[in-house]
Amino acid sequence: MATDMVTNSARAEVLRRIRAAKGGVATAEAARAEWSAIERRYRREATRSREAVLELLEDRLRDYDARVVCVRDAEVAASAAGMLGDRKVRRMVMPAGLTAEWLPAGFEFVVDEGLAAAELDRVDGVMTGATLAIAETGTVVLQNVAGQGRRAVTLVPDYHLCVVRVEDVVETVPEAIHRLQATAGLATTFVSGPSATADIEMTRIKGVHGPRSLDVILVD
Amino acid sequence: MSGVALDPKTAPPFPMAAKTALGDTQLRKNVRHATDVIQAKRARVVGEMPDWQELREAGKQIRQHTMENLDFYLEEFEANCTRAGGVVHWARDAEEARRIVVALVKASGSDEVIKIKSMTTEEIQLNSALEAAGIHPFETDLAELIIQLGEDRPSHIVVPALHKNRHEIREIFRREMNLPELGDQPQDLADAARVFLREKFLRVKTGVSGANFLIAETGGLCIVESEGNGRMCLTLPETLITVAGIDKVIPRFQDLEVLLQLLPRSATGERMNPYNSVWTGVNAADGPRVFHVVLMDNARTEILADEEARQTLNCIRCAACQNACPVYRQTGGHAYGSVYAGPIGAILTPQLQEMHHAQSLPYASSLCGACYEVCPVKINIPEVLIHLRNKVVQQNTAGVAGFFDVEAGAMKAMAMIFRSERRFRAAQRLGRVAESPLVRKDGWIGWLPGMLGGWTQVRDLQEMPKETFRDWWEKRGRNGN
Repeated sequence: MATDMVTNSARAEVLRRIRAAKGGVATAEAARAEWSAIERRYRREATRSREAVLELLEDRLRDYDARVVCVRDAEVAASAAGMLGDRKVRRMVMPAGLTAEWLPAGFEFVVDEGLAAAELDRVDGVMTGATLAIAETGTVVLQNVAGQGRRAVTLVPDYHLCVVRVEDVVETVPEAIHRLQATAGLATTFVSGPSATADIEMTRIKGVHGPRSLDVILVD
Repeated sequence: MSGVALDPKTAPPFPMAAKTALGDTQLRKNVRHATDVIQAKRARVVGEMPDWQELREAGKQIRQHTMENLDFYLEEFEANCTRAGGVVHWARDAEEARRIVVALVKASGSDEVIKIKSMTTEEIQLNSALEAAGIHPFETDLAELIIQLGEDRPSHIVVPALHKNRHEIREIFRREMNLPELGDQPQDLADAARVFLREKFLRVKTGVSGANFLIAETGGLCIVESEGNGRMCLTLPETLITVAGIDKVIPRFQDLEVLLQLLPRSATGERMNPYNSVWTGVNAADGPRVFHVVLMDNARTEILADEEARQTLNCIRCAACQNACPVYRQTGGHAYGSVYAGPIGAILTPQLQEMHHAQSLPYASSLCGACYEVCPVKINIPEVLIHLRNKVVQQNTAGVAGFFDVEAGAMKAMAMIFRSERRFRAAQRLGRVAESPLVRKDGWIGWLPGMLGGWTQVRDLQEMPKETFRDWWEKRGRNGN
């Protein structure tokens, strides 16, 4: 195909320009050695106690106007029922593989089996688990795995209820990235509070295109 | 403002454009308010990080290391992205990048695209190229939507419509979305955008994006955003086309632990922006089935070749330098005649033009250093500004051109005068005589002719003293007291 030929000569030309600009070809060995020598004196481990880390996460999430509760495993369903009731949502979507014991009674749950975007647009909310949470930034990290599902499912519905296990809570971003390294190839979304914008006079407005409300249940 | 794109090739020089901008008090008020708010937020969240300086240093080293091994990391990215099902294209310049994207959109079978805010696609004026090919681009970032519907131009890297206030935005939305009853609360305006765009998100089958980071180790990409429009464009379409400068590559996934701390705090003053998306190639069950990445040079290798200016490429587009710059805060972004405004624009734009255009930009700074202080990857912008000023002078005085260059001639004459005491004194005497018709009764000069007028345009000049210190000293010596 003609485009391929153009692209190939462009590829050769851009790489040639780069090598001419730096005066040489970079090798894998040199790049690895130099990369390892980068000074990383920033915090890479937790400095707070576990209680303080969990408290920090709750605080940061509330700062984003998310609602947070911390409950025992057996209480998740009841707690979820309370939150869904408060938010006045009825019809929920859930990814396959979400822990069955967490599901509250009295609400309709549709399992996502490749629902069209328009169908996702017609449910009130979504309930998922999470891979991990970062206390310092109030972030929950979602991946395309059982119980969390594909990305569109946590995006199109207007409400997101996210269940996070306390053992999956880390204090800092570097700890989170370290834990994610093994599954770095999965589609991954960092969610820090409900969708927002500050494009109009720098006023933070919640919910432009993603879910307008986010609630988090921490499970001890 | 017209819808004419910001193009450094045709833009007026900075001092002229700045003068117009300074006359617009509403614009200055809007820019001042917005940059004040972001700066205060940034200061608060940067202040709570005990290791901010260590993060900056690591950020600088990661970016520097990347540039020094750019060919290796781009090839590594290409191999890993391809393995994961992405298709990688290369573009030598803007023209080639536009051609590739237009062809890819056509091949996707769509005559519409939804777009994520992207400086790179602004840089190459992709929207005009798409429109010329009969493809309608919908900007989906709220600020970009305001710009597109208002036929305006972006004035800030992160908050491109910060020069507009809520009333101005309401007028645009009322007119363009046909909503006569629309209120002017920010929430009303955001809700209107949500409804307006939701239908497009659900319908349009092709998405176009830029990228914040290309991860060489995994072949993955990372996009950082707030509204969720980015996630919509990355997940709902069938085809996704990403345009990225070759400078956007980072070595490893682990490097995100530094950059994802530096960028949100610097850009919007948040501990983390609402959404970061990381994806690698295609996944049959999640997101687009077809994924293309266009790796574009467009003069970045020219910058790489200039060792003193190479650090310009380390930029991660946070715009903290714009918010901190006393010049940008007065003029706003349009005066820079480029989508890259403020201090980073003053060094990036002329270099992206291979120093042929935008030559006034390296002078659009007082060299106060505020930009360097806030830069999350420690780009020494003042140092690069001076280096580029040097290049501009060398270009303008090279060969025959230098012979006719008034400023260069004046500088040579000054140098000759300063080398000799006799000539210096003669020049002082001459100056006193020459200035006399221009001095007002109050002892000030309000107007100077020709190039010297640049000084008196904005300030008065005091007349030269009747007697110099040397004259007074010598007279005193003769009188013995």
